[in-house]
Amino acid sequence: MSEDPAAAFRVEAEELLDGLEQDLLDLNHQLGDKTLVDAVFRGLHTLKGSGAMFGFDALAAFTHHCESAFDKVRKGVVPATAALVAVILSAADHMRALLDGDAAPGEDAAILARLEAAVSAAAGAEPPAPVSRRGWRLYFQLPRDSMRNGTNPLMLLDELRALGDCTVTVRTDRVPPLPALNVRDCYLGWDVTLIGDVGREAIEDVFLFVMDDMLLEIAPIAAEAVPAGADALPIDEAPVDEAPVAHEPDPVVAAQGQAANDDDGEPAAKLLVRTAAQSVRVPADRLDLLMDRVGELVIAQSRLSQLAQQDGGVALRSVSEEIERLSDELRATMMGLRMVPVGTLFSRFRRLIHDLARDTGKTIDLITEGEATEIDKTVIERLFDPLVHIVRNSCDHGLEPAEVRQAAGKPATGTVRLSAHHAGGEVVITVHDDGRGIDRARVRARAEENGLIQPDQPLTDNELLALIFAPGFSTATQVTSLSGRGVGMDVVKRTIETLRGTIDLASVEGEGSTITLRIPLTLAIIDGLLVRVGDGRYVLPLGAVEECLELSAEEDRRSHGRSLISLRDRLVPFVRLRELFATGTEPDPYQKIVVVSIGSERVGLVVDQIIGNHQTVIKSMSMLHRNVGAFSGATILGDGHVALILDIGHLVDLAQPREERRYAAV
Amino acid sequence: MTDTTSLPWSAHGDLEMLLFDVGGETFGLEAVKVQEILDLMPETVVPGADPLVGHVINFRGRVIPLVDLRQPFDMPPAATGRDNRIVVISQQIGDTSELVGLRADRVNEVTTLSATDCEPPPAVGLRWRREHVRGLVQRDGGIVVLPDLDLIFSAA
Repeated sequence: MSEDPAAAFRVEAEELLDGLEQDLLDLNHQLGDKTLVDAVFRGLHTLKGSGAMFGFDALAAFTHHCESAFDKVRKGVVPATAALVAVILSAADHMRALLDGDAAPGEDAAILARLEAAVSAAAGAEPPAPVSRRGWRLYFQLPRDSMRNGTNPLMLLDELRALGDCTVTVRTDRVPPLPALNVRDCYLGWDVTLIGDVGREAIEDVFLFVMDDMLLEIAPIAAEAVPAGADALPIDEAPVDEAPVAHEPDPVVAAQGQAANDDDGEPAAKLLVRTAAQSVRVPADRLDLLMDRVGELVIAQSRLSQLAQQDGGVALRSVSEEIERLSDELRATMMGLRMVPVGTLFSRFRRLIHDLARDTGKTIDLITEGEATEIDKTVIERLFDPLVHIVRNSCDHGLEPAEVRQAAGKPATGTVRLSAHHAGGEVVITVHDDGRGIDRARVRARAEENGLIQPDQPLTDNELLALIFAPGFSTATQVTSLSGRGVGMDVVKRTIETLRGTIDLASVEGEGSTITLRIPLTLAIIDGLLVRVGDGRYVLPLGAVEECLELSAEEDRRSHGRSLISLRDRLVPFVRLRELFATGTEPDPYQKIVVVSIGSERVGLVVDQIIGNHQTVIKSMSMLHRNVGAFSGATILGDGHVALILDIGHLVDLAQPREERRYAAV
Repeated sequence: MTDTTSLPWSAHGDLEMLLFDVGGETFGLEAVKVQEILDLMPETVVPGADPLVGHVINFRGRVIPLVDLRQPFDMPPAATGRDNRIVVISQQIGDTSELVGLRADRVNEVTTLSATDCEPPPAVGLRWRREHVRGLVQRDGGIVVLPDLDLIFSAA
């Protein structure tokens, strides 16, 4: 553990702040939810505590103020209000800034002033609820060696007494017979009845530094008055709801703890310690390194299996097959390691929607679906910006103001729906809004204005919608801070394409728009189809391949001048890769056509030979080849040669003008 | 005024250089840039690429471009010979540092050149584009050409 503790704290604090933000946003929807209020308070409290411990004093001090303000909400002194939640949200932003050390000076005072205003406004809105006098019954027992470690149980008891009226009884049932007694060990346990208006956290605070190894049971005693916020419940149900369900320690666990303690003096069951997440944090670059190694292993393995096929004996071949199976499994496991649920991406949009709703004055609901869908971590990171852009567009241009919506007979609250699901080797992410839809007339007018199309040029609906993705196109006549800066959907489209994905837009005027992104699961390894064109070997992404056919000599001759084949009553254009790549070689007598599809378009690629399936570890190409659009990357074959990976989308684009030129020439 | 200021001469005005031949000329590159010298290996054509970087090779599991200096210096293509090598250098391209292979007819030696022997390319009398050359160094009766790779690559 040579890791810098401050850096570790930063990571932890980031997570705390993320959780805090989510809880706040939830709270915004359910202002009365006590569990959420508690969760927010806990988040602030932990942040303050660990911040101070790691020397982030400014952060701790600032958080302390927020915590005290929020404590009033937790105790029911003031109700949670939307204004208060909004202030705490901006406070959370400020905490982030403090954490990164780039906080604006004076910002904290401004936020705290707003916080105070929000608290007093909330207090004015509803008179403070009567504070119930409650109490707690607790039992605690320290690890045997705790006194040797400097813990003084008397101090803990004193601290408890400071919280309220305490009745303390000691339990001596663990004290062994004299010969077995070690005078320096702690065998005692304490029952404490604490009467007072004290939060559970305050009690836990007392045990903050010993909590990890001790046994601590805390249960509320029946409330004397109805707790604030529970007034909807019948009186006799309220305590029932409070005590046994949420707080009564599980007798079995407690007993186990006791047993463990008696057996070997090991730390007792940690009843109140947060359950540790079943995960390990690994730096992303180590994962990448591992991925590289696995990639090299896959390459070496395919060399081995090639050798074994050529001149290996039975024994070698069986080993080679065994290794092939193992490396396949290893690769699959490796892929799994890099997978992250898309929910981590979606959750970041709740804040964005919250801010957008505030800035536009619209009420917007965000619905997310399929958060459990997993996708490569790198892909997730690179999806964020394009999705932000799309969601902003939906909120800014798509959704109408409430009055307009109501006039159109729609609910006043606009809905943005983010959903994800797997389809084949791809993840499909859709962003749907129930706004006004795309105004075709405006799109056309803008495109004509920008010279993207000729006036009155006939366009299909799809072609018209596709103009939105053209460079320099933006329908926002009014530039807002949210969107409409002219660098819009074309950048989104390019980013998606660099992820080897596609983007589609569907829109019904008056009913809303749907943008569909299809992204491959991973950027690192794909299943490929290895083909030969002239002397060169190329890889086609297998996911794009629909079928392979033979191009008969007769068909080849007939097709001159039109380069179309008829495939189940549909005409499919085809491209001779040999010509496109100017290989200067004679065509094989039996040429093959590989039919690939991208979106709804199909195109045939004429190759000399289909070699077979190939596990393709994708290597990026040099910046010096950035202008070569026909290839999305390269891979290393079993014999050590490099094969280029064909970029289907670009090939289709590249092929189109050539086909048109040929039509013109005929 | 001389262009040679762009060369990282040491405080004593000298610089270690790798000398190699391409198309009958001797070129010099800072030795610190050189990663490795390889025998020829299978090359893969990149259709549609700039002829300067028309091929890629597999350098220890990495796919790196193979650069032919004959192209920017207008030299005719030549048959491969047994002295041919690939000089792998690390080169700044855009914002990133990349490995790039340079095709060499023959690799001569690593030697120390002196700034005092270095002259800017003359305004006339040069067969190649003057901006492709950072400087010329007189050495043992011959001339070592110091190519400006940054500029040559920026054109690709």
